[in-house]
Amino acid sequence: MADERNRLIHTFGALAELGEEVSNKQSFQDTMRTSLHLLLGSLAIMRGGVARYSPFGHELNMLAMRGFRDDFPIALSLCQEDERQFLANGLYPIEVSQAKVLPFFQVYDHSFEQSGLELFVPLVVHEEPVGAVFLGQKATGEPYTSYDREIICAMARHIGVAILQRNMMAELERRAEENRKLYENLRMTYNDTVKAFAAAIDRKDKYTEGHSVRVGKYSEIIAEELGWKEQEVEGAAVAGYLHDIGKITVERKIINAPYRINAKESSELNKHPGVGYEILMPISHPYSDVPLAAKYHHERLDGRGYPDGLFDREIPYIAKIVNLADSFDAMTTDRPYKRRRPANEVFADLQRNSGKQFAPEIVQAFFKGMYNELTGVSKEKRFRRLLGREYMETEGIIPMLTNAMNGIAPASNLTFLH
Amino acid sequence: MDGDVPMNAASEGASKQAVVYATDYLNKLSGEKIERECKTRLQEGCDELILNFSQTELVNSVGVSILLGIIDSAAVRGARVVFSDVKEDTVELFDMLGVTKHVSLRES
Repeated sequence: MADERNRLIHTFGALAELGEEVSNKQSFQDTMRTSLHLLLGSLAIMRGGVARYSPFGHELNMLAMRGFRDDFPIALSLCQEDERQFLANGLYPIEVSQAKVLPFFQVYDHSFEQSGLELFVPLVVHEEPVGAVFLGQKATGEPYTSYDREIICAMARHIGVAILQRNMMAELERRAEENRKLYENLRMTYNDTVKAFAAAIDRKDKYTEGHSVRVGKYSEIIAEELGWKEQEVEGAAVAGYLHDIGKITVERKIINAPYRINAKESSELNKHPGVGYEILMPISHPYSDVPLAAKYHHERLDGRGYPDGLFDREIPYIAKIVNLADSFDAMTTDRPYKRRRPANEVFADLQRNSGKQFAPEIVQAFFKGMYNELTGVSKEKRFRRLLGREYMETEGIIPMLTNAMNGIAPASNLTFLH
Repeated sequence: MDGDVPMNAASEGASKQAVVYATDYLNKLSGEKIERECKTRLQEGCDELILNFSQTELVNSVGVSILLGIIDSAAVRGARVVFSDVKEDTVELFDMLGVTKHVSLRES
């Protein structure tokens, strides 16, 4: 009687531990090894193993084993008949010596005999084969009782569920990876399309060829210096690439006019932010602010910009970034009616207009990006590529830049007005 | 109770005989340490492996399985396994499960 009670306590202890084990988030291999130990230890079985069923290879792949000979196969093939029988059998242990009519037991008869296998338990969960448990003789040398078989069945169910969960997780991970790759492809396609659009916009104006691409690059640098996340930096670059998309509808002669355009032409040209917004708005962008950057990139903090004359905080942040990038590129490239301006003038302009046209922290971020490149803090040569080596090697450029940086007020005077 | 207790799986004696001490709770953590120690001793040519249970109060199913694995490894190498100073409750458990059929019990 006491023996029976002790046996119950021992096996139920093992069952409880197994339940805990399979719900733990440790490595699957470790879970399988411990689960096998718990099963073998609960009934003191000398040898055993756990295998996972592979529906692709129609085989059982050993996950954990103890006491088997070194030449025991690590992958055991199953034929359709075996699979059908195991599925019909469910979780009940099959006596290896009495199952030799099945091809599986005929093929592996020698291995099973050498390793002293007595029971084979197909792991079937939700009518799906997930694996198998192999068991040798008990330490007592006695045959398995019906009580033993019930215990084996209960524990095998736990192990089967753990394998099924793992399979489902692996499938989820595979699908997530597939989705990630699809998303990556879409993102690349989107970015390529954006660059193609940028090139198309720039083709309208022979003087500003490459303007959209440069504004994209400057916007990217500013966003990075502001500490934006990778996705947001990418969004800022796209906003820069597409900020002038509305110019597609503006007549070429206005864009390319080698003189200061008149009021009528200016009114026509000034429509491009709104047109750009209308073009971009119906498109589903991965970065939501792209159409806003196109619409408001000519707004100024002091409300003297267009199309809506917005003030400071009314202007979307991305538009403030693109505004600075756009203005900087306009100042540092040759135009039909104006040569590019030297570095000292450009820095002074940005400093002077900080808080009026440009957000001070954005000017600071932009200057910092250039300063880091000039002083070698950043190994990248992006400004050098965009502005040219000669421009970046202007005599005294670092002190000029430092002065401009020091002259910027920390915040806009207009910040609290609106 | 388990892994925090200092491991006493140090072995002593000549290369033919080795004594490995089990901790107070023989479970997965301490069992794997003992298993590693025993396998090392067997590989070194030990032909009598003495597992000392003088400090062992409790053995769970993983512990039993690991002990059976050690017994199996020893048998393959033709070595004898001796359980020494096993507490009465643990002897009852080993008897009930048939573990004692494969080892000798000894009092030190």
